[in-house]
Amino acid sequence: MSQSKIKFSCRDVRVSYSGKEALHGIDIEIEDQGVTAFIGPSGCGKSSFLRVFNRMNDTIPGCTVSGIVKMDGEDIYSPHLDPVLLRARVGMVFQKPNPFPKSIYDNVAYGPRIHGLAANKTELDEIVESSLTKAGLWAEVKDRLKDSGTGLSGGQQQRLVIARAIAVSPEVILMDEPASALDPIATAKLEELIDELSKKFCIVIVTHSMAQAARISDRTAFFHMGNLIEYDQTSNIFTNPKDSRTQDYITGRIG
Amino acid sequence: MNTVLILALVVAALTAASFVFARRKARAQIASIGKGAGLGFHSQPGYHGWFSGIISGLGAFLVMIAGLLTGLGLPITLMAMLVVAVIGSFLASGRIQKDFRARTYVEYFIKTLLVVCSLIAVFTTIGIVLSLLFESLRFFEEVPFLDFITGTQWSPQTAMREDQVGQSGAFGAVPVFTGTFLIMAIAIAVSAPIGLMIAIYLSEYAGHRTRKIVKPVIEILAGVPTVVYGFFALLTVGPAIRALAETMGYSVPTQSAITAGLVMGIMIIPFVSSLSDDVINAVPQTMRDGSYALGATKSETMTKVVFAGALPGIIGALLLAVSRAIGETMIVVLAAGRAANLTGNPFEAVTTVTVQIVALLTGDQEFDSAKTLAAFALGLMLFIITLVLNFIALIIVRRYRARYD
Amino acid sequence: MPTSDSIHASEFALKRLKKRHAKERRFKAFGLLAIGIAVMALFWLLSTVLGNGLNAFIQHDMTMDVELTESVLDPSGVRDPDELRKSNYRRIIQNSLYERFPDVTDRKAKRQLFDVISSSGAPNLIRQMVYNNPDLVGQTLTIRVPTSDDVDQLLKGNISRDVSEDRRKISDQQITWVDALVETGEIKSRFNTGFFTNTDSRDAELAGIGGSFIGSLMTLLVTACLAIPIGIGAAIWLDEFAPKNRFVDFIEININNLAAVPSIIFGVLGLAIFINFIGMPRSAPIVGGLVLGLRALPTVIIATRATLMAVPQSIRDGALSIGASHIQAVFHHKVPQAGPGILTGSIIAMAQALGETAPLLMIGMVNFNTEIPNGITDSATVLPVQIFMWAGNAERAWVEKTSAGIIVLLLVLLLINGFAIWLRNRLEKRW
Repeated sequence: MSQSKIKFSCRDVRVSYSGKEALHGIDIEIEDQGVTAFIGPSGCGKSSFLRVFNRMNDTIPGCTVSGIVKMDGEDIYSPHLDPVLLRARVGMVFQKPNPFPKSIYDNVAYGPRIHGLAANKTELDEIVESSLTKAGLWAEVKDRLKDSGTGLSGGQQQRLVIARAIAVSPEVILMDEPASALDPIATAKLEELIDELSKKFCIVIVTHSMAQAARISDRTAFFHMGNLIEYDQTSNIFTNPKDSRTQDYITGRIG
Repeated sequence: MNTVLILALVVAALTAASFVFARRKARAQIASIGKGAGLGFHSQPGYHGWFSGIISGLGAFLVMIAGLLTGLGLPITLMAMLVVAVIGSFLASGRIQKDFRARTYVEYFIKTLLVVCSLIAVFTTIGIVLSLLFESLRFFEEVPFLDFITGTQWSPQTAMREDQVGQSGAFGAVPVFTGTFLIMAIAIAVSAPIGLMIAIYLSEYAGHRTRKIVKPVIEILAGVPTVVYGFFALLTVGPAIRALAETMGYSVPTQSAITAGLVMGIMIIPFVSSLSDDVINAVPQTMRDGSYALGATKSETMTKVVFAGALPGIIGALLLAVSRAIGETMIVVLAAGRAANLTGNPFEAVTTVTVQIVALLTGDQEFDSAKTLAAFALGLMLFIITLVLNFIALIIVRRYRARYD
Repeated sequence: MPTSDSIHASEFALKRLKKRHAKERRFKAFGLLAIGIAVMALFWLLSTVLGNGLNAFIQHDMTMDVELTESVLDPSGVRDPDELRKSNYRRIIQNSLYERFPDVTDRKAKRQLFDVISSSGAPNLIRQMVYNNPDLVGQTLTIRVPTSDDVDQLLKGNISRDVSEDRRKISDQQITWVDALVETGEIKSRFNTGFFTNTDSRDAELAGIGGSFIGSLMTLLVTACLAIPIGIGAAIWLDEFAPKNRFVDFIEININNLAAVPSIIFGVLGLAIFINFIGMPRSAPIVGGLVLGLRALPTVIIATRATLMAVPQSIRDGALSIGASHIQAVFHHKVPQAGPGILTGSIIAMAQALGETAPLLMIGMVNFNTEIPNGITDSATVLPVQIFMWAGNAERAWVEKTSAGIIVLLLVLLLINGFAIWLRNRLEKRW
């Protein structure tokens, strides 16, 4: 795999909740191409770190982030940066599918509407269709776009949420354990989709399943107790870990 | 009244005496068998005591009621109570033995008591319905129902005169209902946006500090008795509106729909804001996260996602507020006036259902005149309207809750 | 974001973003505005009440020497208390005043002079003294009597001296007398204890909240005895023992609906059932208490259920697992755990009942009571109804009384609610 452009570079990133530090100075560079996976035992800070990239931590009262996070060389924690704009460029998919209590169409159209991405109804229809198609959901829902998004199955809901994120034309999609609430078949479908999406978007995924990380990611970062222990090509992490804690984790001794 | 108090105390004393007697007897019986015998007993001595106490007390209580109803003298009643209690105590304590399930009986009694407590709420509703219904039916014998709900002339005071009783013109309730709805509409127009915005601001924007200051203010507004709001409307708000209108060249009476509506709106603000607060907080955080992650601002998230999700709950809350506004009495009695004007103009004096009930039922009057009966008919209408509103609101809110649970 | 070629960084998008942020600021401003309106409304209300009412806690009294002339009060000399009750005490007061201002001879002027003090309060004061102690006849007493409400208002600066005589309720002549009496210290302002001890009166300077306050206490006592035990019992049954069936659902819906029934309907219920059907006395605290008790019942039930439901089921299950019966598990373990919450809920329900007015109008508590009620079956009124009755009088002195009554009511409510909150913070358990 060839080295690509750096999308995010982090220097000494610390996250604390009401003064309690959860991440103790992370240095990492995330490449533009392919899928980067964050793994580690629960409570290791991998999800907190994911929320650093779209400043979702801002919405949690008492949460502070320090250090330098650059996206395409630009400091995203600079006071001049608008988090609203950042989040339009960095989409996110959550652990539990969270479609809005609206129709399938309105769920996908929500982002383009607030950002003014469509000049008219036809354009909006196009965006909705292409987003749902890219999310592999179009065939299943094209006849019932007016139905409520909450009425879909868990796997469909998660793909709807991905379509919703794609519709805003982001550069990056963050995924926080997107398959944890899904059954194995829906998970397999989702993994296929992630593979497909990784051709167009920079994807950062948090997963608690090592197998999943091994299957879908190009690079893997292992977190433990708020520290980044090891970050390498996925194949290296799983076949030839350098740190003993990584070894313990992937062999099931900690976690 | 004092007799009742004395008799009630005697019942309590007899119960206590019977309890002590039986408990002592049970203890003695266990002790006579030997150490550790208590374990073999189904019920502990205390329960045998309670069983005996309840039997005696219940007996004495029934005698007391019988004595009061039949007008038996105090001494005879007391004697009879004593006799019944003693017999009850002997019968109950005679049953003290290993296998006697005193606890089961006592607990059965307690459960029955709890059921009775729950039924009192039901009896209250039945009482309300019956008392309103009977008098209303009598009213509708004199004034046809259709005339009542379609008539546009309301002047029950003049109908007091012999020759006018039952004349349809005097009991047309339309002006009363339009007045009620006019004031309600003003109150909701004031309280709905303000209450909702307060709830939104406090739950989404306000810092810990602001919340700590604003919440007590809202709670105080909610705790102010309605008569105080009424006085405030009459003394301050009415004249203020009148003066304001005068500077603009209009003439507005001190008592008007707008005065009553505005003050009632202020009164309902805390009601709307606390109900909306519950509803807004019931929308899961994941909805907000989903919206923020797409790059929505807070206000976009609130108006397009949270509000859309909370809408049924908010509608339910507003229906409860409407019901509250329609049934509110003191503010309108003091600030709306009594003239039954059929008007949609908020700057005129209007009357409401509650004002008319107060006007017709306070003071001394005979209870057979159509005038007083009219109050019950209005009360029945008020009860039905608020009942329907509450019922719909409760169903909506319950469905809404189920959605996010 | 200049370095990006994203569509979100286009000029159009950035312009739109500006507008979106402006909208956001407007929305936030609306929220602040709403809060501002609510705060201002409360401030306006409180300042109205305080501004009008604080003065009522001060009253101007006049100290005067009265000679209890035997020839006027007890010509027969028998000292029969019942006869002494009917004597002409007005004359005694008048004589004392004429002696103080000997140059007043004109009849009209004499009447005006008498109007400087409380014209029914002063004679009644001596009547009561003589009735209690007939031996006072023939002696000279120094008494303090309230000035008339107009003089009181004049001295509080609420009646302007600058307007022409025919446009104010007090004449130039009276003002001269009053100023003279103030000069000599005969008229002085004092803390108005009478406001707290007196009953209602036709004269503003004599009216007090003593009677209605006692009436409120008695009514509340009945309310508490009815609503609290029954409400708690019903809540326990519904929470723990009620089977799941249609009838229980009906009871629950019924309780929720009852809580939202307008309070005036409860008054109509009281009138129809307690007074007309059962034949209980009108205007009595017993009926008022029963009506408010039924009104408070759903509130107590709902509050109690909320606290019971918050107690973890594990506490009850723990008791059951060591062989306690269901009743024992509930009463020995669950209810005590919920105790503080139940207590707080009950206190707050009682505070609501204390402020309730409308249902009491229906059962005749709007009546003029000059006696402090002795029992729960006596005719009485309550503080909020007293406020309502006074609120109808537009005169300055009455506005002052009404506002002062409201201040007392609000203070009592604040104390009760504050106590409930303090109790909750102190005792509440968090699960």
